Amino acid sequence: MRIRTMLAGLAAGLSLMAVTAAQAVEIQYWQYVFETRVTAMDQLIKNFEAANPDITVKQVTFPYADYQTKVIASQAAGQGPDVLQFFYGWLDQFQKGGVLQPLDPAMFPSDKIESDFFPIVSAVKRGDSYYGLPTAVRSLALFYNKKLLDEAGVQPPQTLDELVDVATKTTKTDGGGNITSEGITLDFGGQDHQWWREVLVRQFGGVPYDADGNVAYNDEAGLKALEFYTGLQTDKKVGLAGFMDEGQAAFKAGLAALTIDGTFRLGAFKPITDFEWGVVELPANADGLRSNYASYFANGIGSGATGEKKAAAEKFLAYITSDEAMKVWLDVVGELPARRAAALTDANLSDPIYSPFLKALDYAKTTLFVDEAGQRQNAIDMVNRVFLEGQSPKDSLAQAAAAEQAIIDGARQK
Amino acid sequence: MATTAQTSSQGATRKGRTGFKLSLHGRKVVWAWTFLALPIVFYCWIRFYPTLSAFWMSLTDWDLLRPANFVGLANYQKLFADPLFWKVFGNTFLYLIIGTPISLVLSFVIAYYLDRVRFMHGLIRALYFLPFLTTAAALAWVWRWFYQPIPIGVFNDILAMLGFPAQPFLRSTTQALPSILVTGIWAGLGFQIIIFMAGLRAIPSTYYEAARVDGLGDWAILTKITLPLLKPTTVFLVVFSSIGFLRIFDQVYNMTTNDPGGPLNSTKPLVLMIYQTAFSSFQMGYAAAQTVVLFTILLAVSLLQLWVMRKR
Repeated sequence: MRIRTMLAGLAAGLSLMAVTAAQAVEIQYWQYVFETRVTAMDQLIKNFEAANPDITVKQVTFPYADYQTKVIASQAAGQGPDVLQFFYGWLDQFQKGGVLQPLDPAMFPSDKIESDFFPIVSAVKRGDSYYGLPTAVRSLALFYNKKLLDEAGVQPPQTLDELVDVATKTTKTDGGGNITSEGITLDFGGQDHQWWREVLVRQFGGVPYDADGNVAYNDEAGLKALEFYTGLQTDKKVGLAGFMDEGQAAFKAGLAALTIDGTFRLGAFKPITDFEWGVVELPANADGLRSNYASYFANGIGSGATGEKKAAAEKFLAYITSDEAMKVWLDVVGELPARRAAALTDANLSDPIYSPFLKALDYAKTTLFVDEAGQRQNAIDMVNRVFLEGQSPKDSLAQAAAAEQAIIDGARQK
Repeated sequence: MATTAQTSSQGATRKGRTGFKLSLHGRKVVWAWTFLALPIVFYCWIRFYPTLSAFWMSLTDWDLLRPANFVGLANYQKLFADPLFWKVFGNTFLYLIIGTPISLVLSFVIAYYLDRVRFMHGLIRALYFLPFLTTAAALAWVWRWFYQPIPIGVFNDILAMLGFPAQPFLRSTTQALPSILVTGIWAGLGFQIIIFMAGLRAIPSTYYEAARVDGLGDWAILTKITLPLLKPTTVFLVVFSSIGFLRIFDQVYNMTTNDPGGPLNSTKPLVLMIYQTAFSSFQMGYAAAQTVVLFTILLAVSLLQLWVMRKR
């Protein structure tokens, strides 16, 4: 009895202290562990708290592999974050689970979002509501090894035909016909499945998904795109899936002339000292058509945030998606700003590394995954059936299309 | 069996000593149970309760996000109709059927000869035991790099040097599973060797001396004395390593992280399927059903082995 009274007194005292200490609202911000992202967020929190002394923000991080599970499990336990970062492709899962609440249109008007941000922001819109806003966006580009290109006497490719030509001229083999240095890395589990889905399929005249979100690549265009891709290994022999374990490892080691990768790889490639490298836009097709795949992590407001916590969360969200925050994010993390004004500055556009990625943002597409991991795996299997089991691209494509449609149908039933 | 004989004889001597002070003995028993109660309660709570709740969960459609609904045997129906499950089921048994005999024969042969080596005995034994002490993930990554294509893969470089064509190893639907299995066998070998050596040492040398006097050859000694007397050790290792191979995960996951269980599911064991169903698809009910199937298989295999080995 006495202990209980003491505990109650202690609890009351503590809560009083918390209130009187700063009269501050504490909100939690969740993201996954990635050193530069955490550093950048610390910096943003510091700035935000200086401007809003009545709000404290606590950053909580988890390893990437556990992040989704943690968010979902904490939601189930009723202890979710106030503001959280999520991959746009997880939105359906999170929204159905009630993890996120829609943004208040009074605070974040839709027309303002649509005019200020790049068009890919629509991927976090459901119905009339936005469920989050990105700080930074990512797009793909073609990285090239200047040393290997100079040795072969070729220029960075601008079209698909040139890409095949450059890759052919830069591929090195040993006496047994084994590739010792790739013309282009083939890593479908990396970014190549995005390249195939959103870029190659379109460049060969098709669309990956129809307006209703059903699989639409099982046609002549999809087949040509798949044959082009698998042909790089089976016919042209300018790359080998699994070479150096991963495409980015091969490029980093100086054993690949070309590789397709995203802005997020810049940090890993920066320390390279053995050779100079450059970036160009993903090659166009013969008609000059370009496409790209852009993606992003958005910041949303947790469904548990209400009252003054919600007001604080909204303020914080507005700050971390402001021009100022995007500048910090670009400097610290190296990811592109999601707002046009912050991204398309003269300094960024004249930067030889950033400009190819930035140019892509105007025509980039964003795949609306229902099960990102499952759909990616399905694409990997499609290519592996051709590479490892000798299945014809036509049959493999049809099988992949049916399996992916089943994934999409399954998600709709939930 | 040798060990049980030893402990019971020890117990007998202790009883003899304390026979006259029954109260002390009684108090010892009470104390022993007091200390044992804590781990037993803990064990029940941390092991049996979750196990039972997994059985219940397998009858629901729980997905972490929404409250669980009872769905009867729907998860099991779905599982047995899923071609991926049968593929994974086959893989799991391949790991077991290839892995257990090879690792046992290999570790017995090594233990048998190592037992006779006096020169640098300790060092050699330590070298065999070292992989068992190494983190499975680190081990798997080193082997993963061994299997790479030219120019960085050690095995392929050796093959090329000898004039053989390069092999795809992990990038092949037929070679990947054996390649991973080699790592699994290698990782567990040291432990099995140590246990076998302990078993060999426990056989009284008088039997061997008698056999020699009677003029028995090495082969006869091996089959008539060593192997029969090693049976308790062998039973233990067969059960232990079977369970190990049925639950293989670390090696597979770490050697195929880019395409877990791939290529084309050719290396995916049941445990990896459970992991993916639970923690990337969040289908907890369906994953629990898979766990129950794995549990049943483990139980059946263990009981079957104990029964077979006892009969002989």
